[in-house]
Amino acid sequence: MSTAAIETLLLEQSVVAQAEAVRGGTVKARDLAEGYLDRVGRFDKTLGSFLLVDGAGARAAADKVDAAIAAGQPGGPLAGVPLGIKDIFVTKGVETTAGSRVLKGFIPPYESTVTARLAAAGAVSLGKLNMDEFAMGSSNENSAFGPVRNPWDTTRVPGGSSGGSAAAVAGGLCAASLGTDTGGSIRQPAAFCGITGLKPTYGRVSRYGVIAFASSLDHPGPFGRSAEDVAALMEVMAGGDPMDATSISAPVGRYQAACKAGLAGLRVGMPSEYFAAGMDPAVEAAVRAGIEQLAALGAQVVPVTLPHTPYAVPTYYLVCTAEASSNLARYDGVKYGHRTETAASLEELYARTRDEGFGPEPKRRIVLGNYVLRSGYYDAYYGKAQRVRRLIANDFAKAFTECDVLATPTTPMTAFKLGEKTEDPLQMYLADIYTVAPALAGVPAMALPCGFAAGLPIGMQLIGPPLGEETLFRVAGAYQRATDWHTRRPSL
Amino acid sequence: MSVTLLEKYEPVIGLEVHVQLATLTKIFSGSSASFGLAPNAATDPVVLGLPGSLPVLNKAAVQMAVRLGLAVGSHIRPVCRFSRKHYFYPDLPKGYQISQFDEPLCEGGAVRFRFNGADHSVPLTRIHMEEDAGKNIHAEGGVSYVDYNRAGVPLCEVVSEPALRSADEAAEYLRALRTLIRYLGISDGNMEEGSMRCDANVSLRLRGATKLGTRAELKNINSFKNVKEAIEHEIRRQAGILDRGEAVVQETRLWDAVRGRSQSMRSKEEAHDYRYFPEPDLPPLQVDEAWRQAALAGLPELPEQRFVRYTTVLGLSAQDAGVLVNEREISDYFDAVVGKSPAEGVGKKAANWVVNEVLARVEDPRALGQDVPVPPDALAELVDLIEKGTLSGKLAKDVFGRMWTEKRRASDIVAKESVAQVSDEGVIEAACKQVIEANPKEAERYRAGDKKLVGFFVGQIMKLTEGKANPKAVNQILAKLLS
Amino acid sequence: MSRIDPKEVRQIAVLARLGLSEAEVTKLTHELDGILGYIAAVQGVNTTGVEPLTHAVGFACPLRPDEVQPSFDNDDALANAPRRHERFFEVPRIVPVSGSSDGGGS
Repeated sequence: MSTAAIETLLLEQSVVAQAEAVRGGTVKARDLAEGYLDRVGRFDKTLGSFLLVDGAGARAAADKVDAAIAAGQPGGPLAGVPLGIKDIFVTKGVETTAGSRVLKGFIPPYESTVTARLAAAGAVSLGKLNMDEFAMGSSNENSAFGPVRNPWDTTRVPGGSSGGSAAAVAGGLCAASLGTDTGGSIRQPAAFCGITGLKPTYGRVSRYGVIAFASSLDHPGPFGRSAEDVAALMEVMAGGDPMDATSISAPVGRYQAACKAGLAGLRVGMPSEYFAAGMDPAVEAAVRAGIEQLAALGAQVVPVTLPHTPYAVPTYYLVCTAEASSNLARYDGVKYGHRTETAASLEELYARTRDEGFGPEPKRRIVLGNYVLRSGYYDAYYGKAQRVRRLIANDFAKAFTECDVLATPTTPMTAFKLGEKTEDPLQMYLADIYTVAPALAGVPAMALPCGFAAGLPIGMQLIGPPLGEETLFRVAGAYQRATDWHTRRPSL
Repeated sequence: MSVTLLEKYEPVIGLEVHVQLATLTKIFSGSSASFGLAPNAATDPVVLGLPGSLPVLNKAAVQMAVRLGLAVGSHIRPVCRFSRKHYFYPDLPKGYQISQFDEPLCEGGAVRFRFNGADHSVPLTRIHMEEDAGKNIHAEGGVSYVDYNRAGVPLCEVVSEPALRSADEAAEYLRALRTLIRYLGISDGNMEEGSMRCDANVSLRLRGATKLGTRAELKNINSFKNVKEAIEHEIRRQAGILDRGEAVVQETRLWDAVRGRSQSMRSKEEAHDYRYFPEPDLPPLQVDEAWRQAALAGLPELPEQRFVRYTTVLGLSAQDAGVLVNEREISDYFDAVVGKSPAEGVGKKAANWVVNEVLARVEDPRALGQDVPVPPDALAELVDLIEKGTLSGKLAKDVFGRMWTEKRRASDIVAKESVAQVSDEGVIEAACKQVIEANPKEAERYRAGDKKLVGFFVGQIMKLTEGKANPKAVNQILAKLLS
Repeated sequence: MSRIDPKEVRQIAVLARLGLSEAEVTKLTHELDGILGYIAAVQGVNTTGVEPLTHAVGFACPLRPDEVQPSFDNDDALANAPRRHERFFEVPRIVPVSGSSDGGGS
């Protein structure tokens, strides 16, 4: 295959097409890996999406795929497909930091379930992707190792916390990528970078080997250039895992088939609370146009209400900071990661290691989380938040008696400038206003491109009932067959 | 302890007992829970609290905890939860311990035992499950070492009500609890090795008062002897403080068994804010009615049930019954000797043999569960030979001694070495006549009414028959010949 | 009225074993005051009779069979230890404190 043909395969073809080409012998897995590695070398100095480029590992994995196919083995469903992995997934023998100094130099002695499943399906990891420290952030500016820039406008943020995962896919530095979404960390950067990202149902994808931020809210999920690509990854990633007691063992859906099924007869709900004041008019217009497109494709649009929406962000910050303060307690300089140079006492070891190791956002959340969990405060804060969380989940349950899927904006605005919101954490938190409620309820939600404003992508959010991923893929697949927003690429 | 102080103050004691469950693997992961491995060799991502690791609950640990709860009559919650308990310490890999807080597996119940010769019952608050911590080793040179092999070993914490009133009572409660967990086969309950550990909450109040005094928590009590000593010491210490008109400080104190005293542990104001919240990595645990019923049906006969059976059905003394039920292995051995429906009186005799002869010959009574020189059926045979009159009590003791040392059956010894008792009336009568003829004066005195002389004649006859004459037959024939 | 003061932030920092500079304490106090003011909105929601939602998935805890799985090989357990001594993790000398597990769990 010519270099130009490979370039087309890298940038234009689906992951399924890439895997078919590798399995069919028309291209070597090694060539795909080299092609992306070359682009990473050329463009990632600007984007900063990779924290670690594992060239040797990628070449070895690709060669193994090629050797298997040469030996007449069928090759997996993702044979030779080069992926980027958010640096929150532990990868055996490959440094994993979660974007934090406190884990600098940590070489995991084990592999996450999701990356193991993808590798078994033939996927090739190109390396580890930049992220907000411990997935805490909405702009990727909280990474201890530098920001990521939006491929559509490098003065702007890619969103976060999976900023590297979104920028790498949008910039054509990998075929697809892995992220995690705790309050919007897949959907918001997908929207900002003009790609498709899925936060699956809580428990649909195993968290084993995913470094915890807020355990009851952490959702691993895929990014891709299209719903079909996301579906192809999901079919490999999803499924129960005996290593994760909160994973769901129900059979995995036929997501790729769902992408082709069409959406005629589906009821699409428009929650009034998601179209209230405070949204950029261009974003609102694009999302409304997207929903009209769904109606034109045969969906029935119905108004619904999610009355507890105004409480979602406060509830989210109470739950996630409490859990984060707990999950970050293990970083103490004893077993792994950063340890202060000199400590005369154990107490000094703890205090200095943690002061040096954590950046401002984790510190803020550790203090807030401890504040709300303290004896005497629990009922008023964490306990209260878990009750309001139930009401938020009930809102969704009720809405899904009236419709099959919800369509909303993903974010109230397009990608903002680097540094624009770093001084006001509260303003940063409010960027999550449309994404936190589905995370609290654990229901699946997808972001997909539905337009542009001033050259910046706009994302529509589709929200489904628990284990309703196939419905999301039906809607997204039909929408992407009818529109070309997802095919637009930034020029680097 | 001065009598006057104890007359004045009433000790109020509650125990928190940690029992390591005898599972093969950790409570939340599959690495080995066995002891004695190289430091940090029994670890995995979960045990070390590696980033990204997740707990998965061990079914056997829950089954054992349910057994314990049912055995003490606790209410088993159909739904219980795990919570995270936060504190920083090097042996705690995650910065929190996965424990149970407001919704424990077992609530209520009581440990029953005999105390001062009477039935006694100590009520429990709760039994909950949690993970053990690793071990800190204090080394030279201003450093400590950490071994995480023990981290994640399953524990049941058994919390008593503050219902104990003396160090002796506390020690007996602890023994009864250990006996129980050994019956259930859920732990070896070895305090010295740390598979059972005890913290004691002790407070004093004026006799007659109802309000509880300020308590101190004693830790690091690692033997039954220490339990008694540490609590007695604490009672003396608090009585002294109160008698001086001072106030007891609520604190944790570390028992120093070598020095025989306790020492206050440095306590920070925030030290007890554990910031509990429900463990998000583990959904609520459900123990349904079918599980509960199956576990109930699978419970062995418990020590107190055996005690009642021994003292009522078998007519044993409370003392013998107490010794027999003390360890399940003794009681099982005894039950195997007497069989399902022993003839009247056999139980008492078998109990005598087990208590006086068998137990005298074993260092650790739990060895009776394994190979012993005289297995239960062999002792049963010996008891049967006595019942049939083949062996006298005295002969049987000699035979038993040989059975133990030579590992032989009683029937074998009797058959091969003619040690059997002589019950043949002709032989006994001949011996009796011989003795009477040889002692005419004594025979005359006996006939004149000096009945005590029967002992003299029996002794002479036994001497003549080398102890083999059946004493019962000798008595009968003597009485006939001398009348 | 402020919801949190520097003294409280310092107390929490001790609880969380987070050594904070005075500048950090001042900044955090100000930021957290604003955030707490915002998240206090949940306290106005009527949650009478509402059960807390602690787990988004509504199933019972799965149970694992008690079967031994491999432990870490050789040095895997200690490979990331910042300080080690032979097969042990090493820390500055531990002075037992209340609330720790020394001497019988917690």
